[in-house]
Amino acid sequence: MLAFIIRRVGQSLLVLLIVGLVAFSMFNFVGDPIDNMLGQERTAEDIARLREQLGLDRSFFVQYFRFLQEALQGNFGVSYRQGRPVTDILLERAPATLELAAVSGVLAILFGIALGVFTAIRRDGIWAHAIMSASLIGVSLPTFLIGILLIYVFSVELGWLPSFGRGDVVTVGGWKTGFLTESGLKALILPSITLGLYQMTLIMRLVRSEMLEVLRQDYIRFARARGLRDRAVNFRHALKNTMVPVITVIGLQLGAIIAFAIITETVFQWPGVGLLFINAIQFVDIPVMAAYLMLISVMFVGINLAVDILYFFIDPRLRADRTGGH
Amino acid sequence: MAEPVLSIRDLSVEIPTRHGIVKPVDGVSYDIRAGEILGVVGESGAGKSMAGNAVIGLLSPPAHIASGEIWLNGKRIDQLRGEAMRRLRGKEIGMVFQDPLTSLNPLLRIGDQLVETMRTHLKISEKEAEKRAVAALEEVGIPGAASRVNSYPHEFSGGMRQRVVIALALCAEPSLVIADEPTTALDVSVQAQIIALLKRLCRERGTAVMLITHDMGVIAEATDRVAVMYAGRLAELGAVEQVLTRPQHPYTHGLMASTPLASEGKARLHQIPGAMPRLDAVPDGCAFNPRCPRATEVCRTPPPPRVKDGMAACWHPLVEDVEEKVS
Repeated sequence: MLAFIIRRVGQSLLVLLIVGLVAFSMFNFVGDPIDNMLGQERTAEDIARLREQLGLDRSFFVQYFRFLQEALQGNFGVSYRQGRPVTDILLERAPATLELAAVSGVLAILFGIALGVFTAIRRDGIWAHAIMSASLIGVSLPTFLIGILLIYVFSVELGWLPSFGRGDVVTVGGWKTGFLTESGLKALILPSITLGLYQMTLIMRLVRSEMLEVLRQDYIRFARARGLRDRAVNFRHALKNTMVPVITVIGLQLGAIIAFAIITETVFQWPGVGLLFINAIQFVDIPVMAAYLMLISVMFVGINLAVDILYFFIDPRLRADRTGGH
Repeated sequence: MAEPVLSIRDLSVEIPTRHGIVKPVDGVSYDIRAGEILGVVGESGAGKSMAGNAVIGLLSPPAHIASGEIWLNGKRIDQLRGEAMRRLRGKEIGMVFQDPLTSLNPLLRIGDQLVETMRTHLKISEKEAEKRAVAALEEVGIPGAASRVNSYPHEFSGGMRQRVVIALALCAEPSLVIADEPTTALDVSVQAQIIALLKRLCRERGTAVMLITHDMGVIAEATDRVAVMYAGRLAELGAVEQVLTRPQHPYTHGLMASTPLASEGKARLHQIPGAMPRLDAVPDGCAFNPRCPRATEVCRTPPPPRVKDGMAACWHPLVEDVEEKVS
């Protein structure tokens, strides 16, 4: 298993290098940061000086190499727009995004699995049909539209929940959390539903179809023939067997939740890294963009690695090196 | 004579389809007594397994019991539903499936599957159940049972897995075991061992067994009595020597004649002309009449005589037994 993990970490590093390379090569097309940084009254000399100062006159590969060198030491440069180290800015913004993503993820997983199991077990019931039809909305409506609809209903018409921002935050050990205040929790509700709804319906539909497949298996028939209670058959025997493909998708979706937070954060003006990234694009703030993309890819790769390791715990057949029975 | 463990009377199973109702099991009756092994034999689609599933209450909808009665140890069970039926499964009726490679949950240790089954039906502690799990594995001949309880199904060979399945089916000491083609998926070399095991365990415990198979070798090896099924109906029922050596129904006769015997050189095997009718096109009268060399006009109109023990459902049986014949 150790050898497997080492191999996967190696592959992950390679993926990160390639992601960085692709991301970096695209920055050449988003515009010239110098335009934004210097005011109207600039001279050709100012431009040339700043360009040299930022290293933008160097070739693409030199720039990329320097970025990697610095990044390995945890230094992602200084934001062009805010003039502060990117690392500080990201750390300051990360709690907002991580809290939002965590709440959305938990909602999506809990409700996704519960509803998936429900619709599989009672697949001919009225409720199961209703839930399946409703889930089509979740899959087909774009995130920003759901966000705007929720704002319209719960903030504008009913006035129950705030339409933007994080509410009051409390700083605990350098981490700004919204979990500890009432307004912070209230502010979390709409954005996390918006962000998690698509993932929830996806997980639900996947759990349902996997579960229906598993319920047809011989070992489920045999479990029933042994007179096990429905609860044991459905949860102990069937649900566990649906988990391997479901965990793969959940893993990928968790990465997607953090990445797609960009849209939700924009709709709700949520002060997280997604909103930071959108603002950075408008200003061609290359250090922020580069750091954000690396952060997201590190998360994706990390989650994938965690998922691969989880397989070992769920499916004994993959732990082939433990015992030899053949 | 002792009360039979299982008694099936005029059992019919129906499946509604777009083209009308089909009857995979049609008016079948037989008994199985304690310690007795009844072989149920027939081609694919003859209704052998369907009858077994009806007894244990595992017909997959829309298939359902349309008429008839099933009695288990003097209690009528065909009308039991849901929870009441679940309590019987595993506890009173054990079942062994065809393919041991797919009938064990791959993610649970076999010890846990045994403990779970026993604790569902018997009021025993976790500790006691674990002890019994080891004993159950020892009984079915799994070497090193004490350590093997912690193994997962994939760590066993096919034959060993079928032993585990048998241990699971018997662990709550049911009075009836339905074994649905228990050796079909196994290596020939392992088949005889599994049959011998099943036979020994059931003899020791006095368990009644419904052994569903299409293998005449298994029938000859293991069973006491045989029920021959054709197109959902019982063609013949009787003691194993009688059915195998002096079959009365022309279908059974044809079946026996087409079974290869090692002693009989290279002579071409007999073949029954035609094929078993599809269930939505069973002919009037005796279902076998279009393929039967002895068929006459009477075979084509009214249903054939009902089967009684030692008798065939035939107007023109090969061994005429005038006194017992019903008009």
